[in-house]
Amino acid sequence: MIRALLAATALTFGSLAVLSSAQAEGVTVAISCSSLGIELQLCQTGADAWAKQTGNQVKLVSTPPDANERLSLYQTLLAAHSKDIDVFQIDAVWPGILATHFIDLADAVPADQKGDFFPTLIANDTVDGKLVAVPWFADAGLLYYRKDLLDKYHKPVPTTWAELADTAKAVMDGEKSATPDIQGYVWQGRSYEGLTCNALEWVYSYGGGTIVDDKGKVSIDNPQAIKALEQARTWIGTISPAGVLNYSEEESRGVFQSGKAVFMRNWPYAWSLANAGDSPIKDKVGIAVLPQGDGSDAKHAATLGGQQLAVSKYSVHPKEAADLVRYLTGADEEKRRAIQGSFNPSRKSVYSDKDVQAANPFFSGFQQILENAVARPSTVTGQKYNQVSSTFFQAVHGVLSGQSDAKSAMSGVDKTLDRVSHRGRW
Amino acid sequence: MPREPATVPAVRPAAGLVGAQPGGGDAAPRRTGLPPTPGPTAASAPRRSSLTLAQQRIRSAWLFLAPMLIVLLLVAAWPLLRTVFFSFTDANLSDMSGWQFVGLDNYISLVEDPVWWRSVVNTLIFAVISVAIETALGLIIALTLDAHIPGRGLVRAAVLIPWAIPTVVSARMWAWMLNDLYGVINAALLSLGLISKPYAWLADPFLSMVSVIAVDVWKATPFMSLLLLAALQVLPREIYEAARVDGVSPVKVFFRVTLPLIRPALLVAVIFRILDALRVFDVIYVLTGNNQNTASMSIYARQQLVDFQDVGYGSAAATFLFLIVALVTIVVITFGRVNVAAAGDGR
Amino acid sequence: MIGARRLFGRIFFYILIAVIIVYTVFPFYWAIVSSLKTGTSLFTVEFIPRHPTFENYVALFKEQPFAYNILNSLIVAASATIISLFLALTAAYALSRIRFRGRSAMLFGILSVSMFPQIAVLSGMFELIRLLGLYDTLIGLVLCYLILTLPFTVWVLTSFMRELPRELEEAAIVDGAKPWRILTRVFLPVMGPALAATGLLAFIVAWNEFLFALTFTLSNEHRTVPVAIALITGASAYELPWGRIMAASVIVTVPLILLVLILQRRIVSGLTAGAVKG
Repeated sequence: MIRALLAATALTFGSLAVLSSAQAEGVTVAISCSSLGIELQLCQTGADAWAKQTGNQVKLVSTPPDANERLSLYQTLLAAHSKDIDVFQIDAVWPGILATHFIDLADAVPADQKGDFFPTLIANDTVDGKLVAVPWFADAGLLYYRKDLLDKYHKPVPTTWAELADTAKAVMDGEKSATPDIQGYVWQGRSYEGLTCNALEWVYSYGGGTIVDDKGKVSIDNPQAIKALEQARTWIGTISPAGVLNYSEEESRGVFQSGKAVFMRNWPYAWSLANAGDSPIKDKVGIAVLPQGDGSDAKHAATLGGQQLAVSKYSVHPKEAADLVRYLTGADEEKRRAIQGSFNPSRKSVYSDKDVQAANPFFSGFQQILENAVARPSTVTGQKYNQVSSTFFQAVHGVLSGQSDAKSAMSGVDKTLDRVSHRGRW
Repeated sequence: MPREPATVPAVRPAAGLVGAQPGGGDAAPRRTGLPPTPGPTAASAPRRSSLTLAQQRIRSAWLFLAPMLIVLLLVAAWPLLRTVFFSFTDANLSDMSGWQFVGLDNYISLVEDPVWWRSVVNTLIFAVISVAIETALGLIIALTLDAHIPGRGLVRAAVLIPWAIPTVVSARMWAWMLNDLYGVINAALLSLGLISKPYAWLADPFLSMVSVIAVDVWKATPFMSLLLLAALQVLPREIYEAARVDGVSPVKVFFRVTLPLIRPALLVAVIFRILDALRVFDVIYVLTGNNQNTASMSIYARQQLVDFQDVGYGSAAATFLFLIVALVTIVVITFGRVNVAAAGDGR
Repeated sequence: MIGARRLFGRIFFYILIAVIIVYTVFPFYWAIVSSLKTGTSLFTVEFIPRHPTFENYVALFKEQPFAYNILNSLIVAASATIISLFLALTAAYALSRIRFRGRSAMLFGILSVSMFPQIAVLSGMFELIRLLGLYDTLIGLVLCYLILTLPFTVWVLTSFMRELPRELEEAAIVDGAKPWRILTRVFLPVMGPALAATGLLAFIVAWNEFLFALTFTLSNEHRTVPVAIALITGASAYELPWGRIMAASVIVTVPLILLVLILQRRIVSGLTAGAVKG
């Protein structure tokens, strides 16, 4: 009964929307991108340019920058089949979670340009053969280091985790007298999605896989993964402060940017802030790919992040909405965003653009990092990704805080995920 | 300005001042500002037409209740019943129309989940300790504010500030202040010599619970103080005067007179604080995230409902939470002897 | 001896007040200090900012319709408070002064509305608001805030009214006054402190509510202050522009402090009533 009523109201409102839009010239497409600041400004100008070109209108809906708040808002809207937002800006791990609510955007990307996007990003956004979102800008974990301090102690940029720990220790010992509370390495150890990103980098760099492999089989309970976590455990209280277990991105940046840490793991956003006019470490910072572990499969790893654009299945104007997505993810628009806002393009070709390179010198190394970035297993686990991630980061947090040992914790994760996935079938 | 209608008769004077019995309509006189003369014995006068009058009053009771009940039913019935309903299904956010009844399956899984019980224990510890401290502090503050001190108005406003800042913001502010390396709390305590090395307030399993409770106490004590202050204001001044003349010590006056008289208000305040504390979400979520050492029942329910999209199971957790809260409330009401049914009339 | 104890008590009393004030006010002071800082200095501990700037305050009003948001919050919170106080007052009269069957059960039923976690109520409330066509309106927000404020106001007012002496009412009944008249003429005048305190607490609940406000409004013109604060962001989604968030918190606390200063006369009206009348 109530459902029928709801459906009736939805219909009425739907037809009203159609009527009113038919009277205006073109149609109005609502897009949720960012909330405020430069990100909003760039989205606004980009969307306006499209509107002008096509004779349609755009309406920007600002949503909170906090990923949890945004996801929860999206879910409420989409579960109610709301027509209020046509184009959604979504996080790298949401395509699997929200796939059922989005249309296939394969046609929004011109066939000859599909190869321009980083393959990892396209793979990440393809759920059951359907391109549910188009990559807009990319993110990946980076190692920030203090150039001045490494030079002072004649240390190279570390390429393995063991080397990083040694270097950090040496610099800390040397700097103790000048900066009593200096730390070696800060990262994101709070019990949240960011810890999954960090821990995935450790595990993957030791050749320990990606928690769940791309066939869907749970793979986390392996010796290399356990070794990686045991290694990270040794950092707490030695090169990393005990407080790191409640750090998210901003806390790590706060410590690093006030000159109290030698190394930091963070996303690219910290670069411009660390080099801002009032920063005590301005021009003393370098970035590099994160170190690798040991073992035969050791490699440098960076967890893939970033934002994509998707179109709601409940949109009244899916065609126009998809066209807006095509425009915003176009090479010209991504170039503009890279130059004006340092957003890392999701297209390879933009990185070789001279203007882009001139505006963002640090982009050159970033392209390679992106090529080798590792995606969280969000596509293969689909709807259950958050459950996978949360099981994983809570277990890792337990290991890091010394409440459980790596071996039993990972076998626990393995068991839980095996059950959650119905033995790898998801 | 309150004005007493001329028809109000005098109230009875309090019997023995210090031994005044609280509760019900027989309590000590309130400031009606009228001289104490013996009033009519209860209900003797109205009884003349008692049947019709009682009926009339019951009819008007429903009339008076109707607007509130209608509004409350309108806004609360659907959201609450829907949650209970979905707790018996396997509904999922990705497709809300494709649910099936699963009976008690969700509840069985819930009861078997150690993580759930961990969050129950966390929540109970949190609620008991924080509400106890808030009550004690709230009482002290209310009594202090009730006394005549210079600049009372400003102090009153100042004490209310924590309640006035949105929790999402104030919890983040505390997270900032409690940071181990650039937080002001460690800096202040270090410079005062109260601690010898910076503490990781929010990372250590034990300290994080302490911090969460401290922030909640900071945040919610004003709620207590304000309600208790209001309750103190309604107390008859005469009692204090008499007690002062008799030379009874202030502590004795508090325990023998004040506390019994404000007990009903105190219990209502405590009940609402317990309800809030048992459903705590923001403070813990912002300060320590999904950390299992501090995660509350609401955080668990939210994770299932939103993060895991499992509407069925999440609704079961929410309904279970509701049952626990109801149980605790019943216990408090029973042991606190809150006079739910008491009334000034017809007793 | 008595004198020494008195003195000791006095000193203890003032120390207690000082500690309480520091505990409650220091974080707010720290918010003000932080709101005057930008960039890296936010990560340093300075009890008095070395280079105070009002940049954050300016940016706040420039980037968002922040004044609008404050106005929305005022409208929503005031409406929700007034409606709940009115509904609760009449209900409280019936629940506290008139004996009828099922009264305890009803009180408990009203209370049980406050026993569900808010997140569990969210989806159902969302459907309701849309069904009523109140999505993205302030009226919708006022309506759903009643679920938060009504049980509380009903209970507190009931408990206060129950404590009022029976004689107050009986005389009016003898005089043949109708319940409405009893409520407005006899009880209302002495409910000042309770109404002020309950109203204030209900107002703040509505003023600070975030989850409903975020989910049930979509356009910036209809958003309330807590949502506006949550939308504040830096150059990237990761960056938390702390100075501006603190500036916003300071600004939105000011109206509430003013409200307390105005209402506190009501809260203490009981105290002064006798004197004024005398």
